[in-house]
Amino acid sequence: MSNTKKHEPLFHIVKRDSMTFKKAVGIRALAIVAALVLCAVITMIVTGENPISIYGTMAIGAFGSVRKTWVTFQNVSILLLIALALTPAFKMKFWNIGGEGQVLIGGLAAAACMIKLGGKVPNGILILIMFFASLLAGGIWSVIPAIFKAKWNTNETLSTLMMNYIATQLVAFFTVLWEVPKGSGKIGIINQDTNAGWLPNIGSGFSGSKYLLTIIIALLITAGMFIYLAFSKQGYEISVVGESVNTARYVGIKVEKVIIRTVFISGAICGLVGLLLVGGINHTLTTTIAGGQGFTAVMVSWLAKFNPIIMVFASLLIVFLSRGAGEVATGFGLNQSFSDILTGIILFFIIGCEFFITYKITFKRGGHKK
Amino acid sequence: MINFGLLIPKAVVQGIPLLYGSTGEILTEKSGNLNLGIPGVMYVGAISGVIGAFFYEQSLTKTGAAANGFLAVMIPMLCCLLGSLLMGLLYCFLTVTLRANQNVTGLAMTTFGVGFGNFFGGSLIKISGADVPSIALSTTSKYFSAGLPFAGKLGWFGKVFLSYGFLAYLAVLIAVFAAIILKKTRTGLHLRAVGENPATADSAGIGVTAYKYGATCIGCMIAGLGGLYYVMDYACGVWSNDAFGDRGWLAIALVIFTIWKPDISIFASILFGGLYILYLYIPTGMDHMELQQLYKMIPYVVTLIVLVITSMRNKRENQPPASLGLPYFREER
Repeated sequence: MSNTKKHEPLFHIVKRDSMTFKKAVGIRALAIVAALVLCAVITMIVTGENPISIYGTMAIGAFGSVRKTWVTFQNVSILLLIALALTPAFKMKFWNIGGEGQVLIGGLAAAACMIKLGGKVPNGILILIMFFASLLAGGIWSVIPAIFKAKWNTNETLSTLMMNYIATQLVAFFTVLWEVPKGSGKIGIINQDTNAGWLPNIGSGFSGSKYLLTIIIALLITAGMFIYLAFSKQGYEISVVGESVNTARYVGIKVEKVIIRTVFISGAICGLVGLLLVGGINHTLTTTIAGGQGFTAVMVSWLAKFNPIIMVFASLLIVFLSRGAGEVATGFGLNQSFSDILTGIILFFIIGCEFFITYKITFKRGGHKK
Repeated sequence: MINFGLLIPKAVVQGIPLLYGSTGEILTEKSGNLNLGIPGVMYVGAISGVIGAFFYEQSLTKTGAAANGFLAVMIPMLCCLLGSLLMGLLYCFLTVTLRANQNVTGLAMTTFGVGFGNFFGGSLIKISGADVPSIALSTTSKYFSAGLPFAGKLGWFGKVFLSYGFLAYLAVLIAVFAAIILKKTRTGLHLRAVGENPATADSAGIGVTAYKYGATCIGCMIAGLGGLYYVMDYACGVWSNDAFGDRGWLAIALVIFTIWKPDISIFASILFGGLYILYLYIPTGMDHMELQQLYKMIPYVVTLIVLVITSMRNKRENQPPASLGLPYFREER
């Protein structure tokens, strides 16, 4: 007896059956607070400023003026939209990390329509064509790896990753092809004089009209995605395929069809983001138009446990940090990449805290026998 | 046409960071960890080496002492290994001990690592209060890029085989060594067992956690050296933000391309290095500059095709490790 006791480990890890929603939120909140404290300490070491004024500066960076606030919400919307787009695929355990490429291809399709059709068809029809072209382009770009996955079980994490770079080079190719003026390597603002293909501003006469369209679309798709995943038959099929492919086959779900359909939706929404970025926000196309948000969105979606409503807050947190840290960096003459470090730290803490939600540790005390 | 005597040394120089990265990632993936943080790790490795070299050079200018070759090489290298090791430990702690999702952890590490590299690359001078305009570590870099003295006398042979810094040869040595360990030794067998089926390995008495930690941390340290080679040898000690580019992802692509074999990676890295700069050597004419961008696409397209073909042929020895990307929890079977 004493012999076995010696080998008894100090603690023991057990999977929790379930955890109350309150407690789970509490653990996550605690992790975020701890991360924010660590971020403040690091910023303090680097800049020598006290933490409260650092977060003050960050708040100014994100919400300091009316315009800044609108831009913050616009950035949140874009990040949120990409995260929402990836979510149905993730729920099916299809690791689509190709959001970056799908956004680029959607943007490329929109830009192509603007350049080639601008002035030749009425503006309303042009925007309609752009809409379908972007959705289709993003969808097709994501379906290529999905077909490989469905047919031959090709690892989708790696194939979607490769598709990102193929898309980047494709955009680079067209950027040089369409560059204005020749030799600049940039497309410049498309249709600056005619505004053909520019997405309309919603309302006018107030400061936010330029940003409102993106925000409204993001809200609509958030609600739509929540309903689609939670209440529709297709959403249920996605959950079943994600939980167990064999169960899905057994109950008669056509797994290949579900994979391809879901990933198409995923890519199409990414394509829509490309349309918003090119047609609505930047009015130009560059290879960095997605700005790494395709990758950040993967983390946003996962952090929110694939819940569209929580995703709103997760995107807000990430955008707040990056804009705030940008402001801190500018103020102290530091490098803009400072925000990536802070984002990384927050992510590590949240990733780590999931453990304490899924598992519990029971300590064994020496001498006490149950 | 293309001058191969000129292209090969350039391809090798481009390929060495990829070789480090892919060898490190192969070891990591063989333990069942899909570490998408490799691009970040390579940045951290590079900047850690740069920080080490920077402070060493600062101390030299202060004391006025002459550079010591041994210290000039060892300080950046140890800093680089330490930085990459810490990243590896972080990844393992999150994914192995805390069983977090590997894709998310990896991507977060890449965000953090690239940010870390660019931040210190851009702000190191300001933070340390040094009196230099930019980070240019020519003194220490000289020791990294020194080729063999008689390489120049041997014509094309010297140029193709002997003209590189010592880190290039170390990369090949490490790759050969890793291949032998994976294929011929008991340790390699155990490692592969952990990556294929951790539950089986566990019941055979193999320490799954120890193997995962070991392989991933060593893998990260090897990958970090790739970053160090890039900045100290290829870039002559000059740090510029985002210069390393997407080479980290290309290293991950190489792992698939070489079907998880470090010895093949020696040649594949050089091939990819060549493809990476091939666009500079294919004449496009001034009015078709856009074609260059399509040539840059080649490495990724080739990788995608290889990935699809290996999954199509479904040969058992060419597959990814079966438990790649999955966390292992002993009580969950």
